[in-house]
Amino acid sequence: MADTTQFDLVSPERRLASAQVTAVQIPGADGDMTAMAGHAPTITTLRPGVLSAEGSDGTTEYLVTGGFAEISADGITVLAERAMPKSEVSAEQMDALIKEAEDALNTAKETFVNEPGPVDDAAKLLADMVAVGDQIRV
Amino acid sequence: MPSLKDLKNRIESVKSTRKITKAMQMVAAAKLRRAQEAAEDARPYTERFNAVMAKLAASVGDSDTAPKLLSGTGSDKVQLLIVMTSERGLCGGFNANIAKLARTHAKKLLAEGKEIKILTVGKKGRDQMKRDYGQYYIGHVDMTEIKRVGYVDAQNIARDVLTRFDAGEFDVATLFYAVFENVVSQIPTAQQIIPAQFDAVEGDDASTVFDYEPDEEAILADLLPRGVATQIFAGLLENGASEQGARMSAMDNATRNAGEMIEDLTIEYNRSRQAVITNELIEIISGAEAL
Repeated sequence: MADTTQFDLVSPERRLASAQVTAVQIPGADGDMTAMAGHAPTITTLRPGVLSAEGSDGTTEYLVTGGFAEISADGITVLAERAMPKSEVSAEQMDALIKEAEDALNTAKETFVNEPGPVDDAAKLLADMVAVGDQIRV
Repeated sequence: MPSLKDLKNRIESVKSTRKITKAMQMVAAAKLRRAQEAAEDARPYTERFNAVMAKLAASVGDSDTAPKLLSGTGSDKVQLLIVMTSERGLCGGFNANIAKLARTHAKKLLAEGKEIKILTVGKKGRDQMKRDYGQYYIGHVDMTEIKRVGYVDAQNIARDVLTRFDAGEFDVATLFYAVFENVVSQIPTAQQIIPAQFDAVEGDDASTVFDYEPDEEAILADLLPRGVATQIFAGLLENGASEQGARMSAMDNATRNAGEMIEDLTIEYNRSRQAVITNELIEIISGAEAL
């Protein structure tokens, strides 16, 4: 049995998980990372994706949208803007999230006509969202 | 002197008022419990968030490239006041207290020669602020349709505020709401949200060196707008609990007052009834004596 570390997943509305885990896979903005006990202290932002926590009683998966994760000696804390257990996410909810990202992209296109930065960000968000949607629907 | 019939009617009407205030008090008590739970559930997020932000802000804060949401625009000429109140009345001094604090603040700023703009959340505050500072009023967020405050609602308000900030409409934003202390005391509070202010972190955390992915400034740029939403959300929840608490004690007082009034009226009713009887007796007796 590998070492365990404290894992907390909180959204602004409630605390979703607080448990001892062996590893947590985090969809970081710069790529996925797996954090285990003794990981170097890190703070990373999240992209929309699936976060999975491996505990003693199996793996739990959560859908998270933006936010950030803090990995420190005390444990792993994920602060997700929106988070829900993957099993509870319905296709309709996913569609709504994708729709929201599409709207955000359209707004960004209108607002920032000559600035590629925000438009690219919104496009990336949408792409991430669609990718997550495919993952969820499987 | 009101007639017996009038008194009886008054007693009945006060009794039905008491029933209503009693019911409202109980509804507020139930809602208060839910609002408090919601506020408590949100606390871990806000706390962690602020701790991390304070850490980041401390390391980036002084550089010239720090985001404007953190370092400010370099001026404090135009001030935005976000006044958050409830949608419904009958909650004692709750709305009036928040509006009073906002008004004092506005008066002070105007005296200092600053410009102010007012954004209101909640109908009651809008009415009060519009009366005195109508010309500075720039917008209102309607929460009438919202039964249970969600993070999404806070995000919508934050988006509105941030768009205005990006457009250079104001330099400093202050949030007005009431912090829930307990059922009898809700403290109206002013909190500056732009530029962001974070409480310093406890000493033990400061020694850890974190890796940042992507770099600190990119994280800050990503998180600061979320910070605004988080603060607004926390404010909304506090306000929700405060509103119900204030309503509960206001209705409790009203119920008690109604009870006292019923007692007084009943005594008056009985007295005048007795007076009428006595009068009738005197008439009968003096009539009998005259024979």
